[in-house]
Amino acid sequence: MRRLLAGIATVALFGSLTACGGGDDAGSDGPITLRMTTWSANEAHVKLFDSIAAEYKTTHPDVTVKFDALPFENYTTTVTTQIAGGNAPDIAWILEGSAPDFVASGALAPLDDSIENAADLVPAATALWKSDGKLMAYPFSTSPFGVFVNTDMVKTLPAQWTWENAIAAASAAAKKTGKQGLVVRDFDYKDWTNLTSVFRGWGAEAWSADGKTCGFDQKPMVDAMTFLHKAIFTDKALPAPGVSADFFAGESAMTIAQISRASLLKEDGFGWTLVPLPAGPAGDYSVIGQGGLGVLKKGKNASAAAEFVKFFTNEANSAKLAQFFPPPRKSQLNAETLAKANPLLKPDQLQDVVIDGIADGVVKPSHTGSAEINQAVRAALDPLWKPDADVPAVLSGVCTAITPLLAK
Amino acid sequence: MTVRTPLTRRRFWTTRRRDQLTGYVFITPALLGSLAFVFLPLALVVWYSLHEWNVLADTFNFVGADNYRKLADDPNVPAVLRATAFFSIGLVVFNLALALLLAVLLNQKLRGTTFFRVLFFSPVVVSLLAWTIVWGFLLQDNGGLNGILNAIGIDGPNWLRSGGTAMISVVIVQVFKNVGLNMVLFLAALQGVPVSLQEAARVDGASPWRVFRSITLPMISPTILLTSIITVVGSLQVFAQISVLTQGGPGTSTTVLVYYLYQQAFQFHAFGYGSTLSILLFLIVLALTVLQWQMRKRWVFHEN
Repeated sequence: MRRLLAGIATVALFGSLTACGGGDDAGSDGPITLRMTTWSANEAHVKLFDSIAAEYKTTHPDVTVKFDALPFENYTTTVTTQIAGGNAPDIAWILEGSAPDFVASGALAPLDDSIENAADLVPAATALWKSDGKLMAYPFSTSPFGVFVNTDMVKTLPAQWTWENAIAAASAAAKKTGKQGLVVRDFDYKDWTNLTSVFRGWGAEAWSADGKTCGFDQKPMVDAMTFLHKAIFTDKALPAPGVSADFFAGESAMTIAQISRASLLKEDGFGWTLVPLPAGPAGDYSVIGQGGLGVLKKGKNASAAAEFVKFFTNEANSAKLAQFFPPPRKSQLNAETLAKANPLLKPDQLQDVVIDGIADGVVKPSHTGSAEINQAVRAALDPLWKPDADVPAVLSGVCTAITPLLAK
Repeated sequence: MTVRTPLTRRRFWTTRRRDQLTGYVFITPALLGSLAFVFLPLALVVWYSLHEWNVLADTFNFVGADNYRKLADDPNVPAVLRATAFFSIGLVVFNLALALLLAVLLNQKLRGTTFFRVLFFSPVVVSLLAWTIVWGFLLQDNGGLNGILNAIGIDGPNWLRSGGTAMISVVIVQVFKNVGLNMVLFLAALQGVPVSLQEAARVDGASPWRVFRSITLPMISPTILLTSIITVVGSLQVFAQISVLTQGGPGTSTTVLVYYLYQQAFQFHAFGYGSTLSILLFLIVLALTVLQWQMRKRWVFHEN
């Protein structure tokens, strides 16, 4: 490790040296290559991005845009390491969890002048990405969570779409098929932020809106987690810890995922449908995951990058991107526009899950210093994932662990 | 008043000086490499540890000994050091014991020993990540290992998710990865033990165990020292296995020092504090190596 760190330190040193030498050649002529980091290596996504970049090149022959897909699990870590090493991307996708860190840090260039028809943006979608009234990143994806159901495994959905009934259906399907019931995608007993799609049904929140008070030891969270614990260990409706199952490979009956995952469904695969999150004791609700698009000040061609962002996010391209990433534009959040871009989804699915979801949804929890808080929550939640766990005690332990971090 | 004749003036380029110059020229590339890639970064890490460096906010402020005070007060550090010690001791004991046992067994003149030597050595040349990822699948709750246990009627634990078994699993994955290397070193040492000494002992009526303890073991003690230093230093640097198998969990039970350092620097963006932790690691490795080197006089055969 000493050697690893030494290597990194050297890279950082050389990086900063070259950064000094490189200087600000933003306005200069000559070919420019812009690098945009993403967390999607999905073939269909990459094809769409490349086609937008190719179109841009017809009017800007000097500008080539490269899309650099980084692994999702370490996405933010990789980007910050690249920034530290003097190799900052020109444009970066930003996960909602680290949005407050990026937005508040001053690492991003304001985008107010780089977005066409900014008045069209839904305020709920941009709230997380603003600092002092300035838009620091463009929420290119405002993607609600829904439940994908394998209709070959679950023939009829319960008439009352509540959590009780959903878990009963998942449990029955798992018992009957020997496969898994409901998979909360990308949770895997590590990324607890994806459980927001469950506990919001009880009205629970990880911390208060001002970010200062821990919500894990409050009654709604205790009720939600008690329900979830029973669903996992008694009803066996969710895969147990350490068991992996992929809905899109036909290994589970249902999955909670964002609608952008619809691109993983194969046309000749199993039968499926998409429904909103089940109603919880607190009634109907929806949860949104967001992705932002920011221009890094430290990139070598910041002004050219902002120029490309203007093109990438204009109304025409936003409509194309809507195929995978629900747009933040009011004018495009209607079933017709979305149906054109999402041939796989039916108009009522789009209305129920996407349009209503974005209008009423709450964004997954975020906070400054989120990496450290998330890690502390993950570690403190680990004792919960055992059959004999004392749910209230574990949750109060989570608050003990994160309260000092929330106050930072 | 003496006048030096040109004949008595010594030439600057004496043979000795020329030899010296040649020597320096030869070591220059290696020296430059060490300077640029070892000593300079080491100095930089010390420098960074005196700063608060947030990459995102692009701040680099001198904070003096603040990071060291933070280290002393950090409530996670005792648990991290315990996990590190547990991993290192587990690894060194298991690894050396198994390596020595295998080496002694495979040192017998029997058919098939070559096959087994290759078998136990082959993990050493396998990519660490590939090895770890495959073990990750085997150790899952519904993975291969529990499948085998199930077949013989044992309900296996959830290896990587229970506090008690996660660390043991990581240790065992690492032992099987590298035991072959120590085994080969031990084998070479065993073959260097003079047969005449062992025979003389046997003629004097020593039991096989006594021969091993009083003849073989002292003769191979330099190799035991070498392998123990390599294994201790390596064990303190474990990272990929933790990152792939447990991410430091469950809880913080497998968060060893290097993984904690990685979290602080690369995940929480606290590069200054991360550098401070790496200095702690450096001092621990240094202290253990010096200690082992000093102890050699007590038990290594050729040293007394």
